[in-house]
Amino acid sequence: MQPFIYQRAETLEAAAQAAAASRGSHVEAPVQFVAGGTTLLDLMKIDVMRPATVVDINPLQERYGAIATDDKGLRLGALARMAQVADHPSVRRDFPVIAQTLDLAASQQLRNMATLGGNLLQRTRCNYFRDVSWAACNKRNPGSGCAALDGMNRKHAVLGTSDQCIATYPGDFAQALVALDATLEIAGPQGRREIAVQQLHKQPGSTPNIETQLVPGELITAILVPSAPWTRRSLYLKVRDRESYEFALASAAVALDIADGEVREARIALGGVATMPWRAKEAEAALRGRRLDEAAAEAAAEAAFAGAQTHEHNAYKVPLGRRTLVRALLDAARLEIRS
Amino acid sequence: MSIAAPEPKANMGRPEPRLDARLKVTGEARYPSDVPVGNPLHAVLVTSAIAKGRLDRLDTEAARAVPGVVEIFTAENTRELKPLEYTPGGGGASTSVQGLGPDIAHDGQIIAMVVAESFEVAREAAYKVKATYAREAPSASFGAAGLDEKPAGKEFPKAGDAAAALSAADVVVDAEYGTPTQHHNPIELFTTTCVWDGEHLTVHEPSQFVYGLKNSVAKRLGIDPAKVRVVSTYIGGAFGSKAQLTPRTPLVALAAKRLGRPVKLVASRDQGFTIATYRAETKHRIRLGARRDGKITAYTHDGREVTSRPDAYKVAGVSDTVRLYDFGTVATSVNVVHADRNTPGFMRSPPVVPYVYALESAMDELAVALGMDPVELRRINDVTKDTVSGKSWSSRSLMKCYDEAAAAFGWSRRTAEPGSMRDGEWLVGWGCATACYPTHMAATTARVRLLPSGEVRVQVAAHDIGTGAYTVIGQTAAERLGVPLAAVTVELGDSDLPPGPVAGGSTTTASTCSAVIKACDAIREKLVRAASTANDGPLAGRSPSDLSFTDGRAVASDGAAESVADVMQRLGTAALEEYAEYIPHGVQQDGIRKLYSGRAAMTGGPHGDKIMYALGAEFVEVRVHARTREVRVPRAVGAFAGGRILNPRTAHSQLMGGMIWGIGSALHEATEIDPREARYVNDNISEYLIPVNADVPRIDVIMVPEEDAEVNPAGVKGLGELGNVGTAAAIANAVYHATGKRIRDLPIRIEDLL
Repeated sequence: MQPFIYQRAETLEAAAQAAAASRGSHVEAPVQFVAGGTTLLDLMKIDVMRPATVVDINPLQERYGAIATDDKGLRLGALARMAQVADHPSVRRDFPVIAQTLDLAASQQLRNMATLGGNLLQRTRCNYFRDVSWAACNKRNPGSGCAALDGMNRKHAVLGTSDQCIATYPGDFAQALVALDATLEIAGPQGRREIAVQQLHKQPGSTPNIETQLVPGELITAILVPSAPWTRRSLYLKVRDRESYEFALASAAVALDIADGEVREARIALGGVATMPWRAKEAEAALRGRRLDEAAAEAAAEAAFAGAQTHEHNAYKVPLGRRTLVRALLDAARLEIRS
Repeated sequence: MSIAAPEPKANMGRPEPRLDARLKVTGEARYPSDVPVGNPLHAVLVTSAIAKGRLDRLDTEAARAVPGVVEIFTAENTRELKPLEYTPGGGGASTSVQGLGPDIAHDGQIIAMVVAESFEVAREAAYKVKATYAREAPSASFGAAGLDEKPAGKEFPKAGDAAAALSAADVVVDAEYGTPTQHHNPIELFTTTCVWDGEHLTVHEPSQFVYGLKNSVAKRLGIDPAKVRVVSTYIGGAFGSKAQLTPRTPLVALAAKRLGRPVKLVASRDQGFTIATYRAETKHRIRLGARRDGKITAYTHDGREVTSRPDAYKVAGVSDTVRLYDFGTVATSVNVVHADRNTPGFMRSPPVVPYVYALESAMDELAVALGMDPVELRRINDVTKDTVSGKSWSSRSLMKCYDEAAAAFGWSRRTAEPGSMRDGEWLVGWGCATACYPTHMAATTARVRLLPSGEVRVQVAAHDIGTGAYTVIGQTAAERLGVPLAAVTVELGDSDLPPGPVAGGSTTTASTCSAVIKACDAIREKLVRAASTANDGPLAGRSPSDLSFTDGRAVASDGAAESVADVMQRLGTAALEEYAEYIPHGVQQDGIRKLYSGRAAMTGGPHGDKIMYALGAEFVEVRVHARTREVRVPRAVGAFAGGRILNPRTAHSQLMGGMIWGIGSALHEATEIDPREARYVNDNISEYLIPVNADVPRIDVIMVPEEDAEVNPAGVKGLGELGNVGTAAAIANAVYHATGKRIRDLPIRIEDLL
């Protein structure tokens, strides 16, 4: 870990100001925000991130950490802790997919610390990225190459990859938000703006070092999840090497509106298989207006992975991803929804 | 009594809680890096980013410029470290005694050590040390170019004409199996603190062999071993990784000497993957031939094991697997495959984990080929005379274990057809396998002192690596001298104490307790003589055989008694102290002398007059999701026989922990090696998976009573390394039963079953 200046931001404006002079991409900026610290501090200890200044935004929690619900939907303060949201009765009842993505992530200790904003921005677990002794990593060191392309890439992505980077987006929560068309409130040096969660992350393309469309100094302040007929018939299925405390090899967040046996609307996002939270619109389209039987689910899964690109050790993620989605869809269709 | 503290059965002691339990759960137990030393400096290692080649340049300028950096040790200023010869199974591996360059022989070789006023400064500076290399293409493992494969020895177990028996067999199984690299990953990292007092060095380091470390560090530093003391009171997990010299210790000692201050090193988790040892990859070809009625007529096993370039380290578990059944004929071989890796080493049950996995998988394949219940196949081939040597067993309770475990598991409800036990979306599979571990005894000493108050002090430089050694050694002395356990103080893990065995080979309980018994008996003899030969005492004239010791008194069968305090008064002494040496049958008489010089002398297993093994039977249920193919193990039952069980609580814990490890070795554990660079990739415990609580819902451990007076005076077989043997095979066999797919390479992963 390199020495850094620690500041506490008592107001949003102070936080923005502290970061105003920052340059480069959001993750490379010399000023970084810390909330739960469950990602940033790890990456600083292993020399992957070397901010000159760390701005502690925990004092903002009271103002930006609340959970509120009304007819229009759910409003989650970005500084709410994962455990707090996962345990919220309205979230559990009306947005089960959100509660499940949080419950199935990390460990209880981490969920007690990590905030929603930080969770969305967590960085890849690619071992070549997280170990600075590997010279080739375009994400860490643009233009240096990618050791994972021909390396140990069993856990790497098959969707949204490029010839520069195949690192998997590791989170769970973002998949629920992407599936439910959630939006983000963002504050920054240039003022406030609102974007779809779907717009937050970027595919690696030729700039894997740019992970989101946030600019230095911008902070996510709130997450808005609209009410919709499909939020209650929703779930998250996470398939992994062990039962708990492990990232997904493949996961699916699904939300369905089924009436008279027919799918009126389907919302699907995939995790563990893509470089960013992956909305599977082709799969959704394949289901609309159909009965959700095995054949329909398989057709949707086929569509979801039509563009997959595999490497030496991760080809299994295509069949596994398809099966995960099929299982999630059939499980969601069987849910009994009490009004 | 509870699950954790089972009711003792025949030939079992009391399930006493660990003497160190409270200290450990309250954080009062001081592990070596917790021991406070005056004004220490802090060291951080820098390791190589290539596996083969030369260090061209090491730029330390930026690192030296960090305020608080005191010195940086490199190849340049550490040349005075002396060479040390590699001895298989002891000493330091060649890759542990190499210099800090310029030659690089494996990934993560230490190339520098930064010493600074604080850990944080040292770490910051360590990242600023820049190395440039002349890299050569390394050979990582099986299948790579440039490997060097050789027979691992001249002779391996053989009996009769296995080739002929195979060609005459009604049924033949011919299959290949593989196991991956595994790392011990003890929670306590590899730490070393060195303190000099003039010419005398004290090393605080978690060690499974303080006398070994003392002597090898002294040799490497070129000083008299008598001037080195190693202290290792508590050890936070070891599993074999802390049994030998690693490169860090002499380096830290040298730094402390040079800088005139204590130096403390806590190596990082990823460095632990390359500065210590590991369980090497293995491959196996097995052929089993049998008659239609299930009688095995031939067993061949050809093993291959990865090792480093310089050292032919091998585990060669065929010398154990050939004992397991009545095979008729046997032919075995073991090759080592030299690659650009550091030298592998002991890891819990080194020979038997991979080799028994392969054999017990093949046994299941044979049962399937014969259409026979796998338990019955083992019953038909149960052995009384060893196929290879013709020796008989000191005791053997394998089928008792099978029968008890099968009954507890409900095995009779199993339907044989793969996939036939489906439960909704989950395919259910039941499998079983044999666990075995050779009963080893090592030469050891012990010193026991009894005070008139009844207080007892036991001293031996043995090691409690989390197994409960403090407790069972204390129980043995308490029982022998007739005092409560609370009156016994046990001191271990300090090379200033009389030498104890390496905490390896599951020898500690059997050996140390045998020495403690000997010392206690010498004390008893003095007491008995004093009490019975006195003119006026209550026990005057009694025959020694009539006297026993209980509640701090010598007691005759008719109830006449005299307190130990009074007997000692009669002797005119304030303390009775005895030093005893235990040399197990089969160890040469210079075994104790060797032990003092840091060399372990061990015997047992197949090497004595009798075949001596602890045995067990493990049954598991697996569930494989019909669609997404996750494998889970909702329950496992193991029944084990290990001679006398001194403490059912600590034994239960060892066996249960072993089975959990077995689940991990079947489904989770594997160190991934980048084949281009021969470098470990998942070198952290986020990506190197072991089971979490949710992966082990239910483990039932049954201890089967067994008496064996032949193994050693304590009657103990040693079971620290028994529980994790066979589990992986039981799981692989259960996965076959669930899915019809035979997975022969570990770990079994989702992609194998899609």
